[in-house]
Amino acid sequence: MPEVKLVNVSKRYGRIKANDGINLTIKDKEYVSVIGPSGCGKTTLIRNIAGIIHPDEGEIFIDEESVSNVPIEDRRIGYVFQNIALFPHMNIWDNITYGPHVRGLPQQQTRPLALEMLDMIKIAARSEAYPHELSGGTQQKTAVARALISDARLLLLDEPLGALDVKVRTELRYELRRLVKDLRLTALHVTHDQEEAMSISDRVVVMKKGRIVEAGTPVSLYTRPQHTFTANFVGEANFLKGIVVETTADTSVVDIGSGVQLRANRGKETVDERVIVVFRPEFAVLDKPIEVNRLSGKVMDVLYSGSIIRVMIKLPNDETIAAKRIASFDKPMYDVSESVTISVSPDNVLVYPYPEEGLKKALALE
Amino acid sequence: MPLVKLVNITKKFGEIIALDNIELSIEDGEYLCVLGQTGAGKTTLLRTIAGLIRPDGGEIFIEGELVNDVPPEERDAVYMFQHFALFPHMNVWDNVSFGPSIKNWDNEQVKTISSEVLEMVRLSDRQDAFPSELSGGMQQRVALARGIASGAKILLLDEPLGALDARLRVDLRRQLRRLVKDQKLTAVHVTHDQEEALMTADRIMVLRKGKVEQVGLPSEIYSSPKSIFVASFVGNANFFEGNVIEMDNSGSTIWIRGDYQIRVSQTDRKVGDKVVVAVKPTDVIINPDSHKGKNVFSGMVDSSTFVGGSMKYKVIVGDGMVIFSEALVSNIQELPRPGQEVTVSFHPARCCLFEYPEAGLLKEIEAI
Ligand SMILES: Nc1ncnc2c1ncn2[C@@H]1O[C@H](COP(=O)(O)OP(=O)(O)OP(=O)(O)O)[C@@H](O)[C@H]1O
Ligand SMILES: Nc1ncnc2c1ncn2[C@@H]1O[C@H](COP(=O)(O)OP(=O)(O)OP(=O)(O)O)[C@@H](O)[C@H]1O
Ligand SMILES: [Mg+2]
Ligand SMILES: [Mg+2]
Repeated sequence: MPEVKLVNVSKRYGRIKANDGINLTIKDKEYVSVIGPSGCGKTTLIRNIAGIIHPDEGEIFIDEESVSNVPIEDRRIGYVFQNIALFPHMNIWDNITYGPHVRGLPQQQTRPLALEMLDMIKIAARSEAYPHELSGGTQQKTAVARALISDARLLLLDEPLGALDVKVRTELRYELRRLVKDLRLTALHVTHDQEEAMSISDRVVVMKKGRIVEAGTPVSLYTRPQHTFTANFVGEANFLKGIVVETTADTSVVDIGSGVQLRANRGKETVDERVIVVFRPEFAVLDKPIEVNRLSGKVMDVLYSGSIIRVMIKLPNDETIAAKRIASFDKPMYDVSESVTISVSPDNVLVYPYPEEGLKKALALE
Repeated sequence: MPLVKLVNITKKFGEIIALDNIELSIEDGEYLCVLGQTGAGKTTLLRTIAGLIRPDGGEIFIEGELVNDVPPEERDAVYMFQHFALFPHMNVWDNVSFGPSIKNWDNEQVKTISSEVLEMVRLSDRQDAFPSELSGGMQQRVALARGIASGAKILLLDEPLGALDARLRVDLRRQLRRLVKDQKLTAVHVTHDQEEALMTADRIMVLRKGKVEQVGLPSEIYSSPKSIFVASFVGNANFFEGNVIEMDNSGSTIWIRGDYQIRVSQTDRKVGDKVVVAVKPTDVIINPDSHKGKNVFSGMVDSSTFVGGSMKYKVIVGDGMVIFSEALVSNIQELPRPGQEVTVSFHPARCCLFEYPEAGLLKEIEAI
């Protein structure tokens, strides 16, 4: 029934701060995902918790007990590694019972456990098969079963679905969540797939350069990210520079140049402050723009991805923004150079203080 | 003349037919993406073109020349491994510049190209690191850089961006395409990411169990799938089983079990035929502005999942017809919730009509 708490955890490799002052509490039975650019320290974080590496600084608590001196095999942790799959020369049964076996547990004790695991992941019939004879999806499920068999209470998953095709991956991710919830485990799941994180997690942690940028529920990260970095990394967003020209109790008006103004729900910003205004392409209304917050411009490009069309629009201030919509038969298509007007509800316009390091740096992945 | 031409290529591993009579022409300068389930034969295909695998039957031509007996290093095609194998004892720079060095390029050239690709994959400042010191995604980027820097004209890329976060993947796929076009290279790019294929490819090839299921423009693959499998595999689909009960110039009417009728624009089946109608979830509109027109159903939201940017709904119509819809969230405050009554609709022209498969529908669409 573990709660995991990291206090100020740091890990350095030479000049690289792979984990830099991490503070994070994962509640008992919570399903938490970690996302962040390649190399930001996700695997390092998970390895710190597992006890595979030791932090240079800070402390990790599992159920309020410091685990600094608890070896990995006593942490009751199941670990599914990034890239490392099953033992190729062992069949499924041997793969699953490997952990208990090396710990010297007797056969009688291991057998029922293993049968239960095989049953749970619905591959009992394939227990004699070797990994290469199974589909990628089944192999991944076996890797999870192997991680769980040692009576783990905390499941650490490093890109558990990374090697699978989208269809299998989408199905397995829901199964994974169900499994964790049914077994009442706590899970920390590292993924490079934002959609995966959004769709199965209670909470998502966003990392950058060894640090936690913010953590929140999927919907709050998407609709009300605290930082421009998150707005850019999770989903897509338009970023426009501006200056606050007016504030009331509940709205701010931001001038984004060439006389164009956008209204937003009021945050902490004050008149004359330099700010960044952010809205998502899918929040831009292309067809029946509302009266407030209209933006007019010229279509620069129209891109298709399946049913979704993305219209790139150049505003009078020379900034280009994206607007997204489902391609549909009863609505007009767009031609390059055509003039269009879109609108964004003030509820969906976010305002951030202009970042000290500049916008480009604030959004940078590295 | 196509740059690469495969005629009747077959490759077996024991019982398994990994490639089954593959016919394919790749034009000079083309960017071809290959999609397919795990085990479909994608890696085998690339390795066969590279010369790392010898086909059991068929012929491979590169620039019109039969290359079945030409060794890999003389083919001007470089294969980038799915499970990136970097040289562990070499640092990033040496890994990347290895190809051009053994090609006897002059030092300046090696330096220019290696720096350029390292810049592109954003690892310039890690060029002294060894593979064991890099994260999973960084190792993959080094492997990609090494493939590009090899100087080969044909890039065979096996999941080159698979281990990277979505944001970086979007940036890199654009750069990759631009680089291929600028340098007048030709790329065959295997990916499991459909959006990646739809956004980067000139053409997409869908492989299934060793066979070419469909080759076409991205828009054709998505909107005019030739088979139930492609409809299901690319972008997912709702499937409805039924019979054609009426047909005229403007389309066909399909009777669906449970006494529903679906109108489709296609007219290439006969009245009485048992058929399957496929509709993409993204083509199913929730609470459309107008309730006139065809294929409008009332139902109840059974469940909804937020997937970041869009919302997936499961809607139950009447007493049992299930329709999945995927909608962009344009206003999160006004989204229908589970239990709520909604109207769903889809345009007849967005429906694909297929003959009912002999082996049954499930057999065609199962994922694993
Ligand atoms: N060396 C080999 N020995 C035996 N069977 C093999 C070998 N290489 C491939 N196969 C089999 O051939 C089929 C096609 O494999 P291939 O690796 O080409 O698939 P793929 O489409 O690349 O799959 P994935 O998406 O999982 O990478 C599979 O059934 C695989 O098990
Ligand atoms: N053993 C090591 N020696 C030196 N540097 C290391 C070592 N392990 C990790 N690093 C560095 O620490 C940083 C964080 O690496 P980590 O593997 O945690 O990233 P990640 O977020 O998991 O990335 P990815 O998404 O690419 O897997 C990287 O810069 C990496 O090069
Ligand atoms: Mg990692
Ligand atoms: Mg493969």
